[in-house]
Amino acid sequence: MSRLIKTDKDVATIVGRLLRAGVITASMVATLGGILFLIVHRSDVSDFTHFRGAPEYLRSLDGIFSGLLELDPRAVIQTGVLILIATPILRVVLSVFAFALEKDYLYVVITLIVLAIISIGMLGDLGG
Amino acid sequence: MSVLLFTCILLIGAIAAGLVGALTGLGGGVVLIPLLTLIFDVDIRYAIGCALVSSIATSSGSAAAYIREGITNIRIGMFLEIATTTGAIVGALIAVYMPTNIVAVIFGLVLLFSALMALRKKNEEADTVERSTLARALKLNGTYTSPTGAVDYKVQRVMGGYSLMTLAGIISGLLGIGSGALKVLAMDTVMRIPFKVSTTTSNFMIGVTAAASAVVYLQRGYIDPDLAMPVVIGVLIGAFAGSKILVRADVKKLRLLFSIVIGFLALEMIYNGLTGKL
Repeated sequence: MSRLIKTDKDVATIVGRLLRAGVITASMVATLGGILFLIVHRSDVSDFTHFRGAPEYLRSLDGIFSGLLELDPRAVIQTGVLILIATPILRVVLSVFAFALEKDYLYVVITLIVLAIISIGMLGDLGG
Repeated sequence: MSVLLFTCILLIGAIAAGLVGALTGLGGGVVLIPLLTLIFDVDIRYAIGCALVSSIATSSGSAAAYIREGITNIRIGMFLEIATTTGAIVGALIAVYMPTNIVAVIFGLVLLFSALMALRKKNEEADTVERSTLARALKLNGTYTSPTGAVDYKVQRVMGGYSLMTLAGIISGLLGIGSGALKVLAMDTVMRIPFKVSTTTSNFMIGVTAAASAVVYLQRGYIDPDLAMPVVIGVLIGAFAGSKILVRADVKKLRLLFSIVIGFLALEMIYNGLTGKL
């Protein structure tokens, strides 16, 4: 790995590819889910004037993944959304390694702090 | 309205929002919220969830192009992300306790400010005198290549920028937008980072900031797949088309026109918030 990735430019190329791949995969999954969704629910009535919140099973990783296994259209779309949210987070993870390769330990620590803050949002049960 | 019709109209609306967002440089999310609430009568909480996801999509999409050009300062971005992600989570927490009409008023004010920021004169000059020892310690100073050669720039007032970034993060978490305008203000005006670098670095940060609050909003049910699907796909198509137009055409007049339209949308959001309609 360190033999292949030498310069900032290589890291930038990898990060660029990761971001692009994340967005493309997410939109493809969401589109697929959208097609399934329209096939099943096209004649239902849309009403978002009052807030009820997304169905409970679409609010957690567990629920979304079990829905995905049953090819529940909403869970497929939500998987696309998850991929989209994960893309910038993955990029931060990648930056930890990139800074470590450059032996810039100050920025390894700074990047880990950013990751820790995002994890608090994820695992801290702050949904309320 | 049937799901099929609603999805199609929403897709067209989101394409327009992505296009305007790209042409004005405000981002897709900021245009989406007035579109969804004022025109489609969607509850502002659903609109916030959609806008957040769209901000991540457009930020990641355009960042892919910027990084390769090498003007993004990853160290500035990463250091300031400590401020924006902390702010974003705080903002998402405050949002639960804040009445939606007040959220609408704050949104309107931020939108108005963003439209004005999009029109103002940009900081083209690089500051080359080193005054901040913190900037040196954190290795924030950098170089970018311009048509006239390499430009060295020195970052000023790091703590001032950091504080303003925390505020940008709170606003972003509260309203579900990238708050790119505030981020650029912090980097541009306070830290004296040249416009080219601050714009792309702000874009780099928007995705990470939005992701931090998105995980909270997902758990809270603000992100509804029925709306998110057409909106995210539409905004991406619009933003992509917008970036193609930006390369080819001089959009100064178009930008002015859109900024005025956005200004009116902002006033309507404030009015509806004050009268309790949103």
